[in-house]
Amino acid sequence: MSYKTDMGRVIGLGSAKEGSHDWWISRVTSVALIPLMLCFLWKVAPLIGGTHAEVLAAFQSPFTAITTILFIMISFIHLAGGLQEVIVDYVHGKATLVVLLVSTKLLCWGIGFAGAFAVAKMAFGA
Amino acid sequence: MADVNRGNRPLSPHISIYRRQINMVTSIVNRITGVGLALAAVLIVWWLLAASTSAGYFDFVNGLLTSWLGLLIMFGSLWALWFHFLGGIRHIVMDFGKGYELKSVDFWGWAIVVLSFVLTAASIMCLAAG
Repeated sequence: MSYKTDMGRVIGLGSAKEGSHDWWISRVTSVALIPLMLCFLWKVAPLIGGTHAEVLAAFQSPFTAITTILFIMISFIHLAGGLQEVIVDYVHGKATLVVLLVSTKLLCWGIGFAGAFAVAKMAFGA
Repeated sequence: MADVNRGNRPLSPHISIYRRQINMVTSIVNRITGVGLALAAVLIVWWLLAASTSAGYFDFVNGLLTSWLGLLIMFGSLWALWFHFLGGIRHIVMDFGKGYELKSVDFWGWAIVVLSFVLTAASIMCLAAG
């Protein structure tokens, strides 16, 4: 018989060790991604299949560069949270879970930063 | 009230027990499209990195993304993006406690499926025209 309350017993025991914070970040990033995704489809998607010069010219526009950098970075934060949610749902071994949670988070941060850097380099003149 | 009835609580029936309903399908598809979009995101970053590296490397990656397999992945990702976009907006609306009436659940479940295809077709037409 424990004298701890139900809440006291479970704090920190969730599979990701965090609770409503992750949920909240997911909502905030999804709201940010609504306009950013539309900007991406409008400004960047048409460049796929275009020429190198067209791509470089497009990112000379501060609007295109800034919205694309924000879209990439916030997408990867959103993706990191989403993958974490999926991983904690389906992976049960403690070691595998930790390895997967850490590696997906680091990959998301790394690839997100790389994408933002690529756009910044073109915007500042490759 | 600690430790009362621990481990003796009823469990929710698992997914295989339920009759399939549109809202469970859209929920699952929202998760699948979200995970699938990771591939699209990585490909787009690769494409951007190539563009910032050199004209030659850009042509290589740009060529891969516009090969038949590349285009299949790009157009598939476009649909996934629209579906996840619509599903996400619906999630936010439902977070405000709206749209839980059965009629509304069924209507919006089918609506986002139809709209995701309509928006995909419309954006492909815009991309082809412009």
